[in-house]
Amino acid sequence: MPTAIIPSLLRKYTDGRERLEVRGKNVREVIADLKRQFPALIEHLIEDGDIKPSVAVSIDGEIAPAGLLERVRPDSEIHFLPALGGG
Amino acid sequence: MEEKTTNGNYRVIGTRPIRHDGIDKVIGRAKYGADYAFPGMLHGKVLRSPHAHARIKSIKVHKALKLPGVKAVVTSADLPEAPNRLEQAGEMAINPHYLSANILARGKVLYDGHAVAAVAATSPHIAEEALRLIEVDYEVLPPVMTVDQAMKPGATILLEELRNREDGDKQTNVAMHYQFKRGDLDEGFKAADFIVEREFETAMVHQGYIEPHNAVGIYNADGQSTIYCSTQGAFDVRSLSAQVLGVAPGKIKVVPAEIGGGFGGKTTIYLEPLSVLLSKKTGRPVKLVMSRGEVLRASGPTSGSKIKVKMGATKDGRLVAAQVWMAYEAGAFPGSPVGAGAMCIIAPYTIDNLQIDAYDVVVNRPKTAAYRAPGASNAALASETVLDELADKCGLDPLEMRMMNGVKEGSPQVVGAPFKRIGFIETCEAIKNSDHYKSKLEGPYRGRGVASGFWFNAGMQSSADVNIHADGTASVVTGSPDIGGSRASMAMITAEVLGLPVTDVRPLTADTDSIGHTDVTGGSRVTFATGMAVYEAAQDVARQLKERAAKYWEVKPEDVDFRDGVFSLKDSSSFEKGEGKPPMSIKELASKLPRLGGPISGRASVSGRGVGPAFATTCVDVEVDPETGKVQVLRCTVAQDVGKAIHPSYVEGQMQGGTAQGLGWALNEEYFYDDKGILRNTGLLDYRMPTCLDLPLIETEIVEVANPGHPLGVRGVGEVSIVPPPAAVANAIYHATGVRMAETPMSPPRLLKRILKKGAGEETQSAAAD
Repeated sequence: MPTAIIPSLLRKYTDGRERLEVRGKNVREVIADLKRQFPALIEHLIEDGDIKPSVAVSIDGEIAPAGLLERVRPDSEIHFLPALGGG
Repeated sequence: MEEKTTNGNYRVIGTRPIRHDGIDKVIGRAKYGADYAFPGMLHGKVLRSPHAHARIKSIKVHKALKLPGVKAVVTSADLPEAPNRLEQAGEMAINPHYLSANILARGKVLYDGHAVAAVAATSPHIAEEALRLIEVDYEVLPPVMTVDQAMKPGATILLEELRNREDGDKQTNVAMHYQFKRGDLDEGFKAADFIVEREFETAMVHQGYIEPHNAVGIYNADGQSTIYCSTQGAFDVRSLSAQVLGVAPGKIKVVPAEIGGGFGGKTTIYLEPLSVLLSKKTGRPVKLVMSRGEVLRASGPTSGSKIKVKMGATKDGRLVAAQVWMAYEAGAFPGSPVGAGAMCIIAPYTIDNLQIDAYDVVVNRPKTAAYRAPGASNAALASETVLDELADKCGLDPLEMRMMNGVKEGSPQVVGAPFKRIGFIETCEAIKNSDHYKSKLEGPYRGRGVASGFWFNAGMQSSADVNIHADGTASVVTGSPDIGGSRASMAMITAEVLGLPVTDVRPLTADTDSIGHTDVTGGSRVTFATGMAVYEAAQDVARQLKERAAKYWEVKPEDVDFRDGVFSLKDSSSFEKGEGKPPMSIKELASKLPRLGGPISGRASVSGRGVGPAFATTCVDVEVDPETGKVQVLRCTVAQDVGKAIHPSYVEGQMQGGTAQGLGWALNEEYFYDDKGILRNTGLLDYRMPTCLDLPLIETEIVEVANPGHPLGVRGVGEVSIVPPPAAVANAIYHATGVRMAETPMSPPRLLKRILKKGAGEETQSAAAD
């Protein structure tokens, strides 16, 4: 199963757990499974049905441009990061 | 004359052709934003706050409007209310309320130079005179200028709506707290034989682009507007201006002019919506151009910062723990690059136990904007000088220490995900093997320092069109404003794929109505992502040409071979027997296109994946004048992993440019605010950027560790070279004087103070605190 890595400041919503096994073939399904496991976590990741503008999703080390539609492999690691800008 | 390529796999890539836009720039024909003029055009000027922090009680404009020649005055009352929450605008996350309130102050002014009103008049002089007739009644408030002032209990609050969700929802100046943790910090430090803990401060600095911000706005009666401006991102100007003006982005066309430097500072907007607003009010084109003073007071510099670093190493040099606290000045509105700084600060090293806490803090300074690897140079000053001190304690060469702990393919990033193929160790090796590092540095008060740096690089969206003309030449059209020679690289990629001479390919930057969406020229992404779109568009053209050649020869496309710009039949036996169908160049085929199905254009749009992060390592030799504290840079070499250098001269230019800016940041540049929060160095004589007299020729070591995520192996090259210099200079000063600097700029008065203290036996390790 894919693994979601929870940012340290959000671990208070996941009983302190950093790594969570999640079900899903894309980010949308992964988030739905996270919501099922830890409902209070979701408002910090999702807003108006999409990933919050302040959050970037990284899958296996690469920022996922397709957002919720980004595909996830069974061995993928999904990270939630601060969104960045370059110069 | 073109030099031969150093890479046998390529014909054009890796050579150094003259840039296509060079002649226009050299003879002054190139058109920059301020060069645009239209019949009936008015001139705009902006009234700016004389206070760092004040409530606006009233604004009276009637006297200004009565001045002959004045056609319109606008204030924030003329802009729609914008939602106060983070929203996606293109690829950028912005808060429309704050964006709008930075364009024209709403209720409060939050920094010296904050825009309050704008005037359009028949001449710039009349517009300036009108500014003096606008009456603004201010209730002056205490300024909050540093993160220490902003974060202390009971601090004056800048933005009443900002709340601390970690502390009872109280009002705060801390807009965001990021944290990254792994391992067990206590156990890590227990395993350390040496622990170094230091505190650093860096000054707010400006990108220092030579061309001031500018915009010409033309509002048409049909509701469509056009903006001509110098920008790093025409599509971003469109989406951000649309947010501020409350119109659909499709109602605005943005024409990007040539750009006289940006370095991240031209990825946002200041004058653009004002030009449209004033044009709408007057029915005439309106041009606004900032003065140098306005650029320094009111455009977006990068954050000053305070950083505390504690790092531990075993006596054999293995890093075992790192704890970081960092707070960055966001300026008047949230959005400093502290999140990026946090993810960069120890990125070159594998450290099993770490905790990084990072705070985005609002202060009464201009809202910060992106600046070349935003947030990373501040961060590296702290971590790379502490690392140097640990190397000293371990008795290790500083490069050996870096290589021993350095990240490679599979090593975890700060956020945990493993790196793909990267070239950090190779940059250290390149410096170690360089003539510079092997040379001896002798003489009193001379020292050598090294430091390394990391930057993520970006992908994002790009579009490209490649057109074949009747004479067999081509044009390549993208939406990426060229700030570092990228047009030449786009032409070279096209020429490589199509087998054309690079002089037969004309590269163009299109406006927002003439090319598919293309994100900002930033994040070192153009040669990577736009280059990927160009590569695919050129491949599309090659495929179509092959089909036409097959049609001409009445064979299947798969029977046609295409190599180095020449089409031939895979089975050439008939030609060899003298039976016709000789090979055909693109030029010959292009002339036949009208009878073979018509013109050919290829196009591609990409959402850039496969981004390859960048690393750089820099070596600096300095000589310190112990009587004045002045630092002379004697020699400087930068090694950078560039993936694949498409045009090595422009890659070297980026490496040298970033290094020069990093040296200026290290030694001289800073914003001087007085005790009322008023900026006192508003010109380039007092805001001291390095000139060619201050720096040696910066030597470059191009390291090519191909990025597996790009068809040509490209990594972004535009930013990372600015990251190591401040730390490298600090380390060199230590080796020259025995004084460890913990602040930027390491200007003569600051360094002299440290040297005198050391001479008096008061300290050998400086602290930023005093």
